[in-house]
Amino acid sequence: MANTDYSAAVSGVYKGMILLGVVTLIEVGVSLFGKGHLGIDPSPYTWILVLVAIALIVLSLYKAYYIIYEFMHMGHEVQGLRMSVLLPCLLLVWAIIAFFHEGDAWKNRRDDIQERNNFEIQDTPSPQGMIYYHDWDNLG
Amino acid sequence: MATDTTVSKHHDTHTHDEDAWSGGKQPFKASYGKLMMWYFLLSDAFTFAGFLIAYGTLRFSSPTWPVPDFVFSTAPFGIHGAPLIFVTIMSFLLIISSVTMVRGVQEGHRENKNGVVFWMFLTILGGAGFLGCQAWEWTNLIAVEHMSVTRNPFGTHTIDGTYLNIDGSLSSSEEAKFKAGESYLIHKSGHAPEWESEENTFLTEANKMIDAKNMAAIPVGGVDFPGFKLDEKGFIHRKFTAADGVSSMQSWGPKAFGALFFFITGFHGFHVFSGVVFLIIIMLNAASGLYVKRKNGYEMVEKIGLYWHFVDLVWVFVFLVFYLL
Repeated sequence: MANTDYSAAVSGVYKGMILLGVVTLIEVGVSLFGKGHLGIDPSPYTWILVLVAIALIVLSLYKAYYIIYEFMHMGHEVQGLRMSVLLPCLLLVWAIIAFFHEGDAWKNRRDDIQERNNFEIQDTPSPQGMIYYHDWDNLG
Repeated sequence: MATDTTVSKHHDTHTHDEDAWSGGKQPFKASYGKLMMWYFLLSDAFTFAGFLIAYGTLRFSSPTWPVPDFVFSTAPFGIHGAPLIFVTIMSFLLIISSVTMVRGVQEGHRENKNGVVFWMFLTILGGAGFLGCQAWEWTNLIAVEHMSVTRNPFGTHTIDGTYLNIDGSLSSSEEAKFKAGESYLIHKSGHAPEWESEENTFLTEANKMIDAKNMAAIPVGGVDFPGFKLDEKGFIHRKFTAADGVSSMQSWGPKAFGALFFFITGFHGFHVFSGVVFLIIIMLNAASGLYVKRKNGYEMVEKIGLYWHFVDLVWVFVFLVFYLL
């Protein structure tokens, strides 16, 4: 009995190796497709690029799940241990949302500053003899 | 530990709360060492998450970002233009070393000393191989491509355009045309890659022109050539005409990229390195028969196994964030 358990566990490990290897190869393939290396250039279609990114993230999370649950034996630990390690990681969900939003806001602010720096004060007087300024307050 | 099991059996039958303070009762049915290893790994996961989120934040905040399949497209033995191939090999090394680690832990549960030592040895080889690959990758980035913590020579075009020839005329070569979003590498004068391409022919010519000037030192502000600008540090910035007719030249990529790359992959590499050191220590201990005496199914091997799988786990995300996305 113990011997069949052992051989089942051993073959399970090698199955895991093949699984992780195949998932990694799929990831690389999907990534290369997204970057236009596989003959088709998907860059004009934003929705394809979004799908590629989602696929890569889902596949990586699956690999992480497999490593934690099978290789690190988290699946065989008691519920309390599992939850005390895995639940705190949910805090990262908010960290990711908040910081990426912040990064995006920086970019918008930079673009805005860039745009305003490009405005020039016209040095030739306008026909009415008044100096014309761009309307800085209504840039949208 | 043999006494521990009898003690905990005793406690299972008489569960008095005050007995819990005298030890022998394991919370979560895991030993102290294993439980603490899990919590250490949790805290380490947060450190890595902080780094990777910082990478994402800075990438989001930047109008352009080096395309990873362009940055990481070289491999040893003169292979170039092979995007992501080398890092895929590195990933496989870590996956395989994780598998050999699980085999070592399994042999430990059977109290098979030789099996533990054999599989741990293979794991160490895998880890050392990964470190070797990383050393090559870093050497290539630092010594050949001149990336540093404060300098990122990988730029990205924001507009379609065409490069100028060495004499300052607009190039008619198809290879000299580029599109918005395409990446480029700013080369340092003094050498050009050997393989045949429009860019490398240009660099060879540029190097000849720079040599002909016979400068003792590059003057402040750099030197202007018809087809490129040589900056103070000796880098060649190619000139181009953008689709809107404006003339411009290659500018540096976002500075944060170099620092993020070296700090994050360096921090991971340091984990791999310390993992290899601990694996060697524990393998030698196992070989000396130390864990045979403990009769606890080689729990120490299980603990270093957890750490080693975590290193593989972090690589899954470093691989995703730096190379795949």
